[in-house]
Amino acid sequence: MTEAVLADFAGHPFVRGLPAEHIARLAARADRVEIQAGQRIFDEDADARGLWLICSGRVALDLQVPGRQRVVVETLGPGDELGLSWLAPIPRWQFGAAAQLDVIAYALTSESVLALCEADHELGYQLARRLLTTAIARLHAARIRILDLYAAPGTESGL
Amino acid sequence: MNSAAPGNAWRLPAVPGLDDLVRSLQSAGYQVIGPKIAGGAIGLGEIQSADELPFGWGAELSPGGYRLRRRADSAAFGHSAGPQSWKQFLHPPRERLWSARRSGAGGFTAEPAAAADSPLAFLGVRPCDLRAVRMQDEILGAPRHPESGYAGRRAKVLLIAVNCTEPGETCFCTSMGTGPRADAGYDLLLTELAGPGEHEFVVWPGSAAGEGILAGLALEPAAATAVSRADAAVDAAAGRMGRAMEADGLRDLLAESLDAARWDDVAARCLTCGNCTMACPTCFCTTVEDSTDLAGDHAERWQSWASCFDLDFSYLHGGPVRSSGVSRYRQWLTHKLGTWHDQFGSSGCVGCGRCIVWCPVGIDITEEVAALRAERDAIATGDDNRGSRPGDGA
Amino acid sequence: MTLSQPPAGYRVSGRVEETRDTVTLTLEPVSVTLPSPRPGQFSMLYAFGVGEVPISVSGPARLPCLTHTIRAVGAVSRALCAAVPGQIIGVRGPFGTSWDEADAEAQDLLLVAGGIGLAPLRPALLSALAERDRYRRVTVLIGARSPSDLLYTSELDQWRGGRAAVEVTVDRAGAGWHGDVGVVTQLIPRIELAGDRTTALICGPEVMMRLTAQALQAAGVAPDRIRVSLERNMQCGVAECGHCQLGPLLLCRDGPVVSYRTAAALLATREL
Repeated sequence: MTEAVLADFAGHPFVRGLPAEHIARLAARADRVEIQAGQRIFDEDADARGLWLICSGRVALDLQVPGRQRVVVETLGPGDELGLSWLAPIPRWQFGAAAQLDVIAYALTSESVLALCEADHELGYQLARRLLTTAIARLHAARIRILDLYAAPGTESGL
Repeated sequence: MNSAAPGNAWRLPAVPGLDDLVRSLQSAGYQVIGPKIAGGAIGLGEIQSADELPFGWGAELSPGGYRLRRRADSAAFGHSAGPQSWKQFLHPPRERLWSARRSGAGGFTAEPAAAADSPLAFLGVRPCDLRAVRMQDEILGAPRHPESGYAGRRAKVLLIAVNCTEPGETCFCTSMGTGPRADAGYDLLLTELAGPGEHEFVVWPGSAAGEGILAGLALEPAAATAVSRADAAVDAAAGRMGRAMEADGLRDLLAESLDAARWDDVAARCLTCGNCTMACPTCFCTTVEDSTDLAGDHAERWQSWASCFDLDFSYLHGGPVRSSGVSRYRQWLTHKLGTWHDQFGSSGCVGCGRCIVWCPVGIDITEEVAALRAERDAIATGDDNRGSRPGDGA
Repeated sequence: MTLSQPPAGYRVSGRVEETRDTVTLTLEPVSVTLPSPRPGQFSMLYAFGVGEVPISVSGPARLPCLTHTIRAVGAVSRALCAAVPGQIIGVRGPFGTSWDEADAEAQDLLLVAGGIGLAPLRPALLSALAERDRYRRVTVLIGARSPSDLLYTSELDQWRGGRAAVEVTVDRAGAGWHGDVGVVTQLIPRIELAGDRTTALICGPEVMMRLTAQALQAAGVAPDRIRVSLERNMQCGVAECGHCQLGPLLLCRDGPVVSYRTAAALLATREL
């Protein structure tokens, strides 16, 4: 990774604020990737093996639902991480992912991230906190969406 | 409070003076409203002659309790906290705001208003109620709403106040700074002197209209001794209040007590029946209702008394904002004693005690306020045995 | 306008069906012309014989016309949404406080709209775009239930053309939606927020406004530079029926636009 790319990597919100040493270790295992709009990144049910730090563009998380085709459940953008399910006991993607716009991201394998965490629990703790923060934010957002706040009162989903 | 100089005071003998006064008001075109016994209580209604006044009747007051009692004297105004206040005449329970018809050119044409109400003379307005009238004047009347029905009715009221010489067990006007002496806003002011061998009033005019009525009665000036006895009786009343409420800092107390445990305590007793809001002389909330005839050509808008204890009072987006009894009781008391200051620049309570008497379960707001104060002070000194819990906010 | 007189008659001169349950009406006075409403203010709209509801003004002040976007959620709003050009409805107003967007001079102006909340914000946006150089950046974040619930979709590109950044997200997407999916607060980290020079105007369901204001505060926007549009049961519009109280505020007079510095504590108290 060049100095310029390293600086760019270090500026991503997911790693911002980590000690330089930790950032360097992560950067060493990260590839800068460009994903064209329309390209699928992974499909649901496949083994979950990656973590992408999105720098630009938009990624759609989707699910194939019989009768409804592919439904987009959430979109992610610059500053977001793509890929949390590799932390689950059975690491399998719950949803699929595709680039909606041209995406630039830093891609890591879950294998290498886990290895770094095992070797240095301090780094592991920091990454775990950050991933948890992301998961909490998305859980909150999902619950708010379930409330269907914009529904008209008295209609079926407005309760 | 200054008492009027003896030169301004007149002597009105109870008999036949009160009757002369009533007839004089009637011939001046007023419908006279005064206290009268109905349904086991001293309410307010139109009187045709002074005979209908409750001479010699008083009331025994307690939380949730009201009993007529025979007085030892024949005082006509020796009672308080009846179930009705003067607001029913100025701010009626139901009022048609307007009726309109679709007009050919488009739009709606107001139909002629109903015949104007006749002028009313309020005979026997106690100082607490006088302050309540002035409060409603500010909120509903000419200063802010010059074209309202309230303003129209109020402009035609002759207000005869009566200083309090007989505070009730549930009264606390002195705490709220509204009595027992009327300070301003009356056309005539009476103090009753009723005792062994005497029954007369000292009368002071308070306006040109009041002077006009007095002129027609050909009264003698009041004796200086009578005036000083009248003043003394009112001063003595100030020391005989049945209740007290520390009014200082109530706005802040209520603002700081939104999460008090006391609300749960009072809500367990409160029936949310709304009696307090109906009996209270300052409660003014209304509901607006629109209706139409079957043909859809003629529409009316009516306004009727509403209570913040009603579930649909705070209806928004499918349900009430204030659903629990806790929230509704809190709303009423916090508004009356706290946020009324923010909205209208004064307390909303005049210390008349009606809410205490007419609450079916006897909730006493003086007691509730004392409890809220104690709870806040205990928290402030760390004396509340609560400790810090994971659920506590910062 | 006094409560003792019938409302002023206004004729429907234009009608746009924004979504399946939301209609924008343009109104022209029959005889009496009411004062021009400022962005954020509302009128009481009357369906003859049915009733009256408070509706925020949703279009620019172009005397003598009024523009209101109404969602059919009850008897009165359904009757108003069914109004056709030429029909007369009643209007009282304008009432309440305004967005006062103009005081964000030399600031970044951020508008965050949830659902029908975009309607009361639209006049503030149009007013800002008409004086675009008064502000640094103008950004609009729009959240809606689904793509078919989006309002004013034909105008978004015009707004972009007027040098506003417009980002749209929906809670749930159907086929054919190629935009963001998620709650509107998820758009906030994606814009470069300069907290110390931003004025934010937020309108939408109360929960959405609270969460958005919290997210903006966390990003450094001061509470007194955040304004929300609050709502309670409103009947008279002139501070004499008592229904619209929210703590010390009478929302027909002290709102609906309220500084978040005042609103935060009020919104945090349950059942206030």
